[in-house]
Amino acid sequence: MVLDEKVVIDARGIHYTPLNELIRQAVEDGATEIVLKNVLGQRFIADALKADVCIEIYGVPGGDLGMFMSGPVCIVHGNCEHAPGNTMDDGKIIIHGSTGDAAAHSMRGGKIFVRDYIGYRGGIHMKEYDQKKPILVIGKSAHSFLGEYMAGGLIILLGIDQKGPYFERGIGSGIHGGRIVIRGTVDDRYLGVGARKMELNENMLCEIHSLVKEFCNYFNIDDKPLMDNDYTVIGPSSSRPFAGKYTWE
Amino acid sequence: MDGSAIKDALSLMDERGSGEGAGYVAYGIYPDFPDCYALHVFFDNIVEPKSKVDDLLSKWGVIVHQEEIPTYEQPRLKRQHIPWRYFFKPNKDLMVGSLTPEEDIIIKTVMGINSGINGALVFSSGKNMGVFKAAGWPEDVANFYRIDSYKGYIWLAHNRYPTNTPGWWGGAHPFNLLDWSVVHNGEITSYGTNRQYVESNGYKCTMSTDTEVVAYLFDLLGRKHELPENFIVKALAPHFWDEIDSMQPRERELNRAIRLTYGPAMMNGPFGIVVARSDGIVGFTDRIKLRPLVVGDDGDRLYISSEEAAIRTVDPDIENIYMPKAGEPVIGRVVI
Amino acid sequence: MSLGSVPLKYRIDIDRDQCMRCMRCVENCSYGVFRNEEGKLILNSRKCTACHRCISMCPRDAISLKERPVDYRSHSLWTGEAREDIINQSRTGKILLAGMGNAKEYPVIFDRLVLDACQVTNPSIDPLREPMELRTHIGKKPPRLEFKKNEDGDVDLITELAPNLELETPIMIGHMSYGAISLNAQRSIAKAVSKVGTFMGTGEGGLHESIYPYQDNMIVQVASGRFGVDINYLDRGAAIEIKIGQGAKPGIGGHLPGEKVCSDVSCTRMIPLGSDAISPAPHHDIYSIEDLAQLVRGLKEATQWKKPVFVKVAAVHNVAAIAAGIARSSADAVVIDGFRGGTGAAPKVFRDNVGIPIEAAIASVDRKLNEQGIRNEISIIASGGIRNSADIAKSIALGADAVYIGTAALIAMGCRVCGSCYRGLCPWGIATQREDLVKRLDIDSGSRQVANLIHAWTYELSELMGAAGINSIESLRGNRERLRGYMLDEGSLDVLQIKPIGA
Ligand code: SF4
Ligand code: SF4
Repeated sequence: MVLDEKVVIDARGIHYTPLNELIRQAVEDGATEIVLKNVLGQRFIADALKADVCIEIYGVPGGDLGMFMSGPVCIVHGNCEHAPGNTMDDGKIIIHGSTGDAAAHSMRGGKIFVRDYIGYRGGIHMKEYDQKKPILVIGKSAHSFLGEYMAGGLIILLGIDQKGPYFERGIGSGIHGGRIVIRGTVDDRYLGVGARKMELNENMLCEIHSLVKEFCNYFNIDDKPLMDNDYTVIGPSSSRPFAGKYTWE
Repeated sequence: MDGSAIKDALSLMDERGSGEGAGYVAYGIYPDFPDCYALHVFFDNIVEPKSKVDDLLSKWGVIVHQEEIPTYEQPRLKRQHIPWRYFFKPNKDLMVGSLTPEEDIIIKTVMGINSGINGALVFSSGKNMGVFKAAGWPEDVANFYRIDSYKGYIWLAHNRYPTNTPGWWGGAHPFNLLDWSVVHNGEITSYGTNRQYVESNGYKCTMSTDTEVVAYLFDLLGRKHELPENFIVKALAPHFWDEIDSMQPRERELNRAIRLTYGPAMMNGPFGIVVARSDGIVGFTDRIKLRPLVVGDDGDRLYISSEEAAIRTVDPDIENIYMPKAGEPVIGRVVI
Repeated sequence: MSLGSVPLKYRIDIDRDQCMRCMRCVENCSYGVFRNEEGKLILNSRKCTACHRCISMCPRDAISLKERPVDYRSHSLWTGEAREDIINQSRTGKILLAGMGNAKEYPVIFDRLVLDACQVTNPSIDPLREPMELRTHIGKKPPRLEFKKNEDGDVDLITELAPNLELETPIMIGHMSYGAISLNAQRSIAKAVSKVGTFMGTGEGGLHESIYPYQDNMIVQVASGRFGVDINYLDRGAAIEIKIGQGAKPGIGGHLPGEKVCSDVSCTRMIPLGSDAISPAPHHDIYSIEDLAQLVRGLKEATQWKKPVFVKVAAVHNVAAIAAGIARSSADAVVIDGFRGGTGAAPKVFRDNVGIPIEAAIASVDRKLNEQGIRNEISIIASGGIRNSADIAKSIALGADAVYIGTAALIAMGCRVCGSCYRGLCPWGIATQREDLVKRLDIDSGSRQVANLIHAWTYELSELMGAAGINSIESLRGNRERLRGYMLDEGSLDVLQIKPIGA
């Protein structure tokens, strides 16, 4: 029974549990587009939501936006707090702003696009399996430990509007799968333990360019200056970082 | 500004607490007694412990004024103590051989009451400022003290999720000593080391929780050792050695000296901390950023919070919102 | 002969079916347990010291060793050892000499301390991925820093820092002199410490020329005999250590028998060939604490105040007050050597009965210095019976800045703690000067093994710290909150200033 394809919800003063109930109800009623207005600090929006729906969020959603989410597209007009896309399964989060720490934590599928900045430990422990490959694209910059413990997937950092090359410590510290792509050069001393630079091959460049296009499309940015091959690829020096750590008793 | 917006902002983060501790501190609330130390005390009853406190204070100075702190019953908040306030002027001639005799008398009496007088706990001891705290949800604690009736120029507020001393009023933040007030999100894994250090410098830890050492560290390094705020933060959350190694000689020497001299003051573990003094605030996190900290700056006002949403509750249209680097101090100064 | 012989200490057996008569045991045993008589392997178990050299070299695992193969009538007071000591002394009328550290069955406090780890309220830190700082500075620290504003409005540091040793790990190797151990043993250790970025002690044996390349990682010792001490020696060291006493034998001096004073040892120590090297019990220029302060200053003056000076004392009952006295001198570090500290030779009655355990000594020194508000101004180095990384973590949590290991480093080079070092026949080439034996210790492999050990322990230490949510060693130091006592009595808990388990 389709009530209305577009549902508008005023989230002002609503706790996240009833808010998520409203969202689920709307989805059940056949909504394909949900607009959340006056969001301020509500956590877990679209938590474990499995649907083909687009959620437009106005305001600042609280932590763990889209946690365990599988399928929906969330467009945030504002900043996010910690860990958007936490253990997300599928779908998209497009953020017109910045995020707190641990963005895309343990993400296993889908895509996250962040127009501006992310905090510490972005993409920590992202992982891929079979067909599922999580993707995190950041427009401006990220704090330290980007892609820490990364086990799979792809992080692209575009460094838009930044003065000079990326300089945060511990890039890919403990990485044992996946790739981190950073625009421009990266000094070796910023690489984390177990991370190393890799060759940028044709396939990779193709993938980067198509994601850059998608990114620029969402945020209305001219993609031309970004369509060259000025990218540094960082990956794991081994898929078994613990090998060689132990000796038997 | 009065406390109503702060109450709303803090209540927005109820998720971070457990309803067992919340508190506020405001600077500039006692313009009628600007030169007196405002001692806020929890009394278990106002018979025995209070007479002892009266005696002790009268020995060391003059009680200019005293009264019960006005409170208003809240259905969800169980009253455990009687909050009292003294406006007290220490007699500085009684403390010989000290460069800051008034402050030293206050520290001595505060530590003396807290460790020596059963049923009395001083939880606020600065001039023209005051802490208000209790075990309960932020909005209840605010209403209990009618926080919105106080007008201050600096406000700190905290919502607690206790693990160690649940339900104890003294355990709620902010922690205060003299002018210093501290709110803290996280846990200090170096507490044992820091505690020894402050205790070996004459402080006494009586609150059975890790946050109080931060107030003492700031007092020791800031007031006694006269370090500027950014150096205090460098001592508490120092640069990594590999960073120090790659600095220019002058800076390297300075940072090395700070780490060597103030090694026992270094704080470890996850934390986001804001410290206030009558002339400003400073916020910082641990060196590897294990707790959140967001800053909002609208030119005239500086906000520091665990969540952006809380800042936007007070100032919905603030433009400049950012996340400081781990271990880097964010300093706000009071301009008159 | 009225006393007859006492039962065998060890019995060696050969599995004759397994044995291939390669005679490696014969070549390897420096004590003469094995003889080759016309292709037949003959044994004399009485000479065995359980050094395990033969066992480790036998290609067929054919050798077995049994301790005390002969039973005495059991008696918990009159142990076999008690009876045999009496028999020995009634036969000889002499003081019993013993090697290695205290062998009596005192409870080991380390084994009754448990460490902490994070769960929920704070995250543990993975040292493999995140910064983990074990860098340690040994030396005087100022009580506070002072700054001055300069013309540009910047602040200048006016406090001057005293020179400190910079260690990449809080593990150093304690003083074992050339003489007590072989040159190859000392060179192996020297190579290892320079590789891992830490320091070692020379012991009271001077500094052999072949160690010069590693002098920047050397702490030169000045002991009561002043062997090998001249300005060249002092200048070469990275730091200087005054040895007052030693945990294995507090209150008495040392004695290197003339047999061990070969020509090389004699010139390194600057004493005549073949003469006994005797270190008096006290320094005869130190009869009080103020004299110690004088000697510290004398050494500082000699080296133009460029080098840290340590003072090493045995852990005795009053160690806390003694350390506080040392802290008031210009000394940079106090080394406390617990009663389990090793030695080449010590009178057994001292080794087993004098002094206190290092755990209690660290805690009480740390406490005393804290009470006096001077803890951070001086470093505490703990030694004596440190067996693994957990012992190190516990020592630091009790208040030490760093540790010295000794026996552990020897074990890394082959030593099996047989306790016969004083005989100068160490079949592993460690506690001997006999050329053929010394040659057995290959410097490259010896140094690799010692470096491996320090590396492994450093690694474990960082894992323990990470699990406790600590990423810098300063925050473990004296952090008794992260320790609990298991089956310790109240008195000990009080001295250690720790809570019991569950509290
Ligand atoms: S070393 Fe082993 S195999 Fe060789 S002779 Fe000795 S016991 Fe036999
Ligand atoms: S160093 Fe001493 S205890 Fe170790 S094997 Fe050699 S003689 Fe035995």
